[in-house]
Amino acid sequence: MAEDVSNTEDMISPIVTAYPREKRYILAMMQDVQKKYNYLPKEALKMIATHAEVPFSQIYSMATFYKAFSLIPKGRYNIRVCDGTACHIKGSAVLIDQIYNNLGIKPGETTEDKAFSLETVNCLGACAIAPVVMVNDAVHAKVTSSGILKIIEKYRGDAGDEDE
Amino acid sequence: MKMNSNEGRQILVCCGTGCQANGSLQVFDAIQEQIQSLGAVEVKTFAKSTGCNGWCEQGPLVKILPDDITYCQVKVDDVPAIIDKTIKNNEVIERLLYRDPASKKRVKSPHLELDFYQKQKKIALRNIGEIDPASIEDYIDRDGYKALEKAFSISAEQIITEVIKSGLRGRGGGGFPAGIKWQSCAEQSNAPRYIICNGDEGDPGAFMDRSIMEGDPHTVIEGMVICALATGASNGFIYVRDEYALALKNLNQALIDARKGSFLGENIMGQGFAFDIEVVRGGGAFVCGEETALIASVEGKIGEPRDKYVFPAEKGLWGQPTVINNVETWANIPVIINEGADKFASIGTENSKGTKVFSLVGKVVNTGLVEVPMGTTLRQIIFEIGGGILKGRQFKAVQTGGPSGGCIPAELLDLPVDFDTLKEVGSMMGSGGLIVMDERTCMVEVARYYLNFLAGESCGKCVPCREGIRRMQEILTRICEGKGQISDIELLEEIAETVKIAALCGLGKTAANPVLSTLRYFRDEYLAHIEEHRCPAGVCRDLTEFYIDKEKCTGCGICIKNCPVDAIHGEKKEAHTIDVEKCITCGSCIDTCRFDAVRIR
Repeated sequence: MAEDVSNTEDMISPIVTAYPREKRYILAMMQDVQKKYNYLPKEALKMIATHAEVPFSQIYSMATFYKAFSLIPKGRYNIRVCDGTACHIKGSAVLIDQIYNNLGIKPGETTEDKAFSLETVNCLGACAIAPVVMVNDAVHAKVTSSGILKIIEKYRGDAGDEDE
Repeated sequence: MKMNSNEGRQILVCCGTGCQANGSLQVFDAIQEQIQSLGAVEVKTFAKSTGCNGWCEQGPLVKILPDDITYCQVKVDDVPAIIDKTIKNNEVIERLLYRDPASKKRVKSPHLELDFYQKQKKIALRNIGEIDPASIEDYIDRDGYKALEKAFSISAEQIITEVIKSGLRGRGGGGFPAGIKWQSCAEQSNAPRYIICNGDEGDPGAFMDRSIMEGDPHTVIEGMVICALATGASNGFIYVRDEYALALKNLNQALIDARKGSFLGENIMGQGFAFDIEVVRGGGAFVCGEETALIASVEGKIGEPRDKYVFPAEKGLWGQPTVINNVETWANIPVIINEGADKFASIGTENSKGTKVFSLVGKVVNTGLVEVPMGTTLRQIIFEIGGGILKGRQFKAVQTGGPSGGCIPAELLDLPVDFDTLKEVGSMMGSGGLIVMDERTCMVEVARYYLNFLAGESCGKCVPCREGIRRMQEILTRICEGKGQISDIELLEEIAETVKIAALCGLGKTAANPVLSTLRYFRDEYLAHIEEHRCPAGVCRDLTEFYIDKEKCTGCGICIKNCPVDAIHGEKKEAHTIDVEKCITCGSCIDTCRFDAVRIR
C-alpha cells in the first residue's frame, strides 16, 4: 500500500500535471495523490502549490480541512470503522475499543510495524448492513465484537506473509 | 427440454453497495460464467447487475424475469442450482425464497406480496433494481430522456411553471421549493449560469442519494439538462462524496454515454442547445452538504459556508447565477415533466407534494430504502413497511434529519411525515435518514454522539457554532460518564438556544436539535444518569453493569461462546456469571441469550 516516497517527485509529477493549472482542480489532485500514497507527502503539497499557482499555506489549509486527507503515512491495512448513526447504535464504539485492545491503536493512529492503521468514518452509506468495517477496499458487514477479532487475525496473517 | 423457454429471460443481480458487501459481485460473475457454458441455444438468458433494490437486509438479491422470482441471500454455491433448476427446468427453489415471518410462507414475488414493497410508491427510485445503471438503453427503454424531448417542445417558462406547480420541494433537507430556485436563476441577466447536483450525502445513517447515483445515474443527468434548458445554464457539476466509489463509476459512465447519445454536449438532441456536466469529488467534509460551502469547495477552496442574504440563484458558483438541488430532487424532475405537475401534486400532503425516499435503518426488521407518499405516518413506515423492531424489543424513538434533526418518541408514531410536521415536533426532514432506536439505545448517548459528530464537522468560522457545540459536547460527555449535575440540563438548554439563534449556517442553526429534542421527550433518561448514576439502556459504560439472572439462565453456554473477552464463566447447565472487571459491555450476550437472562444493573 504505502509506497516508497524516496523518489517522489518523478512519481507525483504526472498525477499533478494531469490537471490544468486551475485552482478548482486542487482537490482532485490531492485526492489522486492520497489514493496512490494513502497520505499526502509534503513534496506533493509543494508541487500542487507550484502547479496551481497558489500559496503553499492555502494547500496546507485544504489538506487539514478535508477529512479525506492524511499528512502522515497509513499502515498497509487501513481499517475504517463506520461510525454513522446506524452503525453507532449497533455497537461501532465497541469495535473501536476491541481494535484498541487488540492492536493498541486509536482512531488516527498506525501500529508500529506499519501493518494497520485505524480511522473512523462518518457514514459509508451501507447502513442497512450495520455495523460496517472496511479494510482497504473490502467491506465487512454486520461485524460483531468477536467478529472484528477474526477480521484482524485474517489480515495479520496476510501481513505476516508479505514480510517473509 | 423446452428450447425457447429462455427467450428474453433475464437474471438481475443487485450490485448495490449493501449487496456487494455480502458478495453479490461474485454471485454475478458466477452466474455469467455458468450461463455462458450453457451453450448457444440458451445464452438468450442474460445476467444484469442492477443498482440497490432497497431491501438490503436480504441481500444479495437475485431476480429472475419474466418469471418474477426473487431469491434472497444468494451465495456463489447456490448458482449451479439456480441455473440447473430455475433457468433450465423452470423450477422454483423454495429454500432461496424469502420466508415471511408473519405467515411463515415462502414468498416468490416480494414486490407483489410483501408490505415492504406494497406500501411503497416509487418515483425517485422508479428504475432502481430494474435497470442496469451502466446501460443507457435500459434507461431509454423505461421512458428515459423522454422528458427532455418534451421539454424541448415547450418554452423555458412552461418548464419552470410545471416544476413550480408540482410543488416539489428540495429533498436535501431544507425543503425550499425547487421551481422558485429555477425561476429566480432564470430571471438573472448575467451569464454564464451553472447547475449543481448536491451528492455530498453527509448525514450519517442516510444513503438514498448514493443508491440513486449508483442505480439510476441518467435520471439525475436528465433532470439537470431540463433545468439547464429552463434557466439557460451552460455547465453543470455533480458533487459526490469520494467514498462513494460505485456512484462515481456509474455517473462517469453515464456522462460518457449521454454525450454519445447526444443528450449532453454541443448540440443536444439536434436542438442547438449546449450543456455539459462534470463530476467533482468531495473531500469528506460534512459542512459541504450546505450549498454555499459546497460551492466554495467546487471552486477549489476550503468548504466554508457564507451568509445567505444573497442566494446562490443570484450569485453562486464563481459569483454567477446557480441552481443547486439535491440528487433526489433531480430524480423527480423527469417524472414531473413526463406525467405533468398535476399528477405529481396529487400525491402527498398540502404543503409537501410527491414522495420521499427514506433510509430505514437501525433496530428495525426490514432495513433498506423505502419511498412513500408524503404524509405517511411513522407507524406505517416503521411497523408496516419496516416490519417492527428487531428481536421483538420495545420501540423507543426514531431519529430523523441526521445531526440536524431530533428524536421522535413513541407517542408521536402516528405523525404523518412531511417537511412541516417534523419541524413542529422539533426535528426535521433532512435528507431522509430514519434511524429506529429501541430500549437498548441510550438517548443521552445519542445526543452526545451527534454533538461529537458536529464538533468534528463545524468548520470553525463562526463562534456560536464552534464554541457552543463543543461546550454542549463536554456537558453531554460528563453526563454519560456519570459526572453530570442537575444544573447541567438548564445550562444545556441555554447554550442550545443561543447556538440556534446566532450560528451562521444551517449546520450550527440546527445543531441543538439532537439535544433539545432528547431533553424534551427523554428528560427522565437524563435524570437517571445524573441523579441515579444509571444508564437505563445499558450503553454508557461507566454507569452500566451486566449480570445474569440465575433464575432464568439455563446454562446453555451460548453467551460464553459469543463473549469476545471471555468474561462469562460457568459450567454447562448451571447458571453463568459475568466477570464485571473483564466485561466491556458490548452486549453480545444480551443479543444472543434466548432466555432473556442477561440483565442491566
